[in-house]
Amino acid sequence: MPDRPVPPPAEDPEEKREGTLVTNSPDPAKADTAVADDRELSEAGSQLSTTPLEAPEEGQSVPGSFGGVRKPGLGGALAWTWRECAGWARWFWRQLTSMRVALILLFLLSFGAIPGSLIPQTGIDEMKVEEFREAHETLSPIYDKLGLFNVYSSVWFSAIYILLFVSLIGCIVPRTWQFVGQLRGRPPRAPRRLDRLPAYATWRTEADPEEVRQAALGLLKKRRFRADRAGDAVSAEKGFLREAGNLIFHVSLIIILVAFGIGQLYKYEGGKLIVQGDGFSNTLTQFDDFKPGSLFDTEDLPPFSFTLDKFSGTYEPSGPQRGTPRTFEADVTYTESPDAAPKKRTIEVNRPLEIDGSKVYLISHGYAPVVTVRDGRGEVAFKGPVPLLPIDSNFTSTGAIKVLDGYRDKDGEKTQLGFNAFFVPTFAGEGKGEMFSQFPALDFPVLALSAYHGSLGVDSGLPQNVYQLDTSKMTEFKDENGELLKQRMLPGETMELPDGMGSVTFEKEIEEWASFQVSHQPGSGLALTGAVAAIAGLAGSLFIQRRRVWVRAVRGDDGVTVVEMAGLGRSESAKLPEELAELAGDLHDRAPTAAEPDAVPSEGAEK
Amino acid sequence: MNLAAAANENLAQYSNWLVYSSMAVYTLAFFAHIAEWVLGGRSKVGRTAAALSGGQGEKAAAPAVTVRQKDGGTAVLDRPKVVTRSAAGTRDVPDGPGAAGHDAQGDVYGRIAISLTVLAFVLEAAGVVARALSVQRAPWGNMYEFSITFTTVAVGTYLGFLFAKKKVRWVGLPLVTTVLLDLGLATTVLYTDSDQLAPALDSYWLWIHVSTAIFCGAVFYLGAVGTLGYLLKDFYEAKVARGEKTSALRSSIMERLPAASTLDKFAYRVNAAVFPLWTFTIIAGAIWAGDAWGRYWGWDPKEVWSFITWVAYACYLHARATAGWKGRKAAALALIAFGCWLFNYYGVNIFVTGKHSYAGV
Ligand code: HEM
Repeated sequence: MPDRPVPPPAEDPEEKREGTLVTNSPDPAKADTAVADDRELSEAGSQLSTTPLEAPEEGQSVPGSFGGVRKPGLGGALAWTWRECAGWARWFWRQLTSMRVALILLFLLSFGAIPGSLIPQTGIDEMKVEEFREAHETLSPIYDKLGLFNVYSSVWFSAIYILLFVSLIGCIVPRTWQFVGQLRGRPPRAPRRLDRLPAYATWRTEADPEEVRQAALGLLKKRRFRADRAGDAVSAEKGFLREAGNLIFHVSLIIILVAFGIGQLYKYEGGKLIVQGDGFSNTLTQFDDFKPGSLFDTEDLPPFSFTLDKFSGTYEPSGPQRGTPRTFEADVTYTESPDAAPKKRTIEVNRPLEIDGSKVYLISHGYAPVVTVRDGRGEVAFKGPVPLLPIDSNFTSTGAIKVLDGYRDKDGEKTQLGFNAFFVPTFAGEGKGEMFSQFPALDFPVLALSAYHGSLGVDSGLPQNVYQLDTSKMTEFKDENGELLKQRMLPGETMELPDGMGSVTFEKEIEEWASFQVSHQPGSGLALTGAVAAIAGLAGSLFIQRRRVWVRAVRGDDGVTVVEMAGLGRSESAKLPEELAELAGDLHDRAPTAAEPDAVPSEGAEK
Repeated sequence: MNLAAAANENLAQYSNWLVYSSMAVYTLAFFAHIAEWVLGGRSKVGRTAAALSGGQGEKAAAPAVTVRQKDGGTAVLDRPKVVTRSAAGTRDVPDGPGAAGHDAQGDVYGRIAISLTVLAFVLEAAGVVARALSVQRAPWGNMYEFSITFTTVAVGTYLGFLFAKKKVRWVGLPLVTTVLLDLGLATTVLYTDSDQLAPALDSYWLWIHVSTAIFCGAVFYLGAVGTLGYLLKDFYEAKVARGEKTSALRSSIMERLPAASTLDKFAYRVNAAVFPLWTFTIIAGAIWAGDAWGRYWGWDPKEVWSFITWVAYACYLHARATAGWKGRKAAALALIAFGCWLFNYYGVNIFVTGKHSYAGV
């Protein structure tokens, strides 16, 4: 890395126009030395960090041709094309790795994340996306094209963060080399005019200049400065951890991203709804839904299994927060592998069960009323709990009962039955006009069914939602008035189907179900390591000051030694003068002020 | 109702009374601050103009070492003094004297305002503690509780700065005003009765994640006040430097604020100091989400906006490191970042439904 001097501190063009620029030498005669001083000062501050310099707004900032003169003939054309391409590539790379573009990309990243929080996302809630599609017919196709239902995996969002990370790598690598160079190098020599630095102190002493320099060197080294003598002065620098912290932070960001990527590729995630008393074993076919990462091998599913013994939920019984859930507990019996001994545990919302790198989380729960369907001959065609999905926080639930086979009508003909089910754990009461549940617990359960027969359409080959009835190929059962047969039932009650077609009984026991998510997220340890390193690096980078101190001691014309000290930091900080004052105090103890007949301002201070 | 429950009910009642009393005291503090600003109006205006039109060299020319004679000629030697100068290109404007100007009576009112703020702070903090005792958990289960804790922390941090002799007394009026607004909202719209926690929130991560989130918010808020002050003062200084006239009211207010560069530094330090904590907050949240919902990061609206806020502050810190973006542009980014934080707090809790729906409203 070539040494590049830091330009003089930022001068907003606007500020110049406002005339607020502070000029230190109004006298034009001094202008030349002032320019030299300025250069020297900026050299004193050079490489105080490895922040890339903003390209000045000149040269190729508006790109033109990089190819230069094109010699005749094929060779010339090829050479020219090569130069042109290389020039453009270099230009593009410089732009991409500049601080300004990093800033713009960061801004775009946060800006681009916004729509995903306001528009429903398929990755989070497919049902909501469907609702949205139905409600906004013109908007949805446009959103689809823009990937707005899938922002975080859309092409444009990926482009932003990939560019950002390319920029990041392109930024870190040279900065690391530069930093290593700085660690090996020496602090820059003292500028001639120390009094123009942000913090400055001077005094006159009887001590010998050489002694003063030696004392300063010792002092600075004791305070863990990297100090070095050059000519009549000592240069020292401290706070390299700031840069190290900054580099660690940025590298950690890459580590986190890599960990995230590994997680996406090798993860698996599956959901399973289990009614009390039922079991689950961790194989592909048992999941209700299963989302593997693209490199996950289903052979690698750990062979555990568990049974849901009991689910219990309690709710706030009164007050304004009535019905708010208080505890959810799923008691399970699990085995880690087919021949391991079964163990018992309770899974709670914040306490997943961890087996062999996979975690089993309790996600949600609901009710599964037990129904018995008898056919036209009085035989049981179906009996069992029917899990219903809650549609509000009081567990008003809906679903479908599907009798696929085993049903015969009174003539012995096979057919299929379907019922739309609507269930409330706590009914408002007859005539209250409300079929919605009043409370999440089973205080006054009521099941309402409407009945159909015909083909459930499960053979069509299309995947079907088990909680929804497709009535397109079914016929309604009619009541006396010729309307769709519907009935509201209390536990133990039975709905008779017309014409001796059988009956449905809402049994007294009502089961609860719980749904679990089984997931395996590799890379999370790595991500955590990255995150911890990021915080540590960030703290170092933000709390440590990188600063330089110079001490110059020269014998004046009158034989008295003039000591000058100055400090320079990357950002102006109140700590810098304080630290310099302490250093000056210590050095002053070794080289006290020379008595003077008349108290005059010492030399070096500007008039 | 059993005895313990009754005791808790009582505590919840005390908590409400304490919060209401603190509001009353904050209101008094508000008026005292107003009196401070009004009476302090006759301060020496024109310091900015004087500073900008020339007196530059003076500061650096102050004698670095003086030797005083004492008791019959023995010289008692002072330690060397450090002379500071701001970097070239920044305006060299002295800090204003504060809200009271140099007016003695204004100063008295200012001190009264601060004493009242201390009292209100104590009352409010007691209210938060009583609330916590009444529910026997961390008092951060719903937006009412967030809000009262949030203002307590913001005021506490400000008092901490004052205690550490930082010159932040000018923050008093804007701070007390917003605290009153926030408490007004909290006790009316956002009020939620003292209650147990939803199961998803019942974890020790609540203590870690939510307490740091509230703390970060309160400190970011102080940073934003500093940034706003910086922008106002910077426009004023620029105007004065151009030699234009400003209205008497504006200059009376602006002359009392610290210099733009001081405000800018204050805002930067405050924001930079909490940024690592905010990073930690998000990571702690991710770990908690991993435990509670089975995934560390799921782009839930709350997560998205925390991320946006984080990136926005990262933008601001980057801008500060980039020459062409210092000053007003960086300040604008800081305000945008705080806007994101605010939206994450009010907007997402109230208007957007996600897994973090426990606002209690
Ligand atoms: C992934 C996105 C990035 C994030 C979240 C990020 C975040 C941050 C943060 C929070 C800081 C403040 C710490 C400090 O001031 O020392 C910082 C500083 C810095 N960043 Fe980044 N950064 C990102 C990408 C980049 C890129 C692409 C570059 C290079 C072009 C870069 C270069 C720098 C430099 C040079 C500093 C140090 C500034 C100084 O010394 O004050 N960063 N970054």
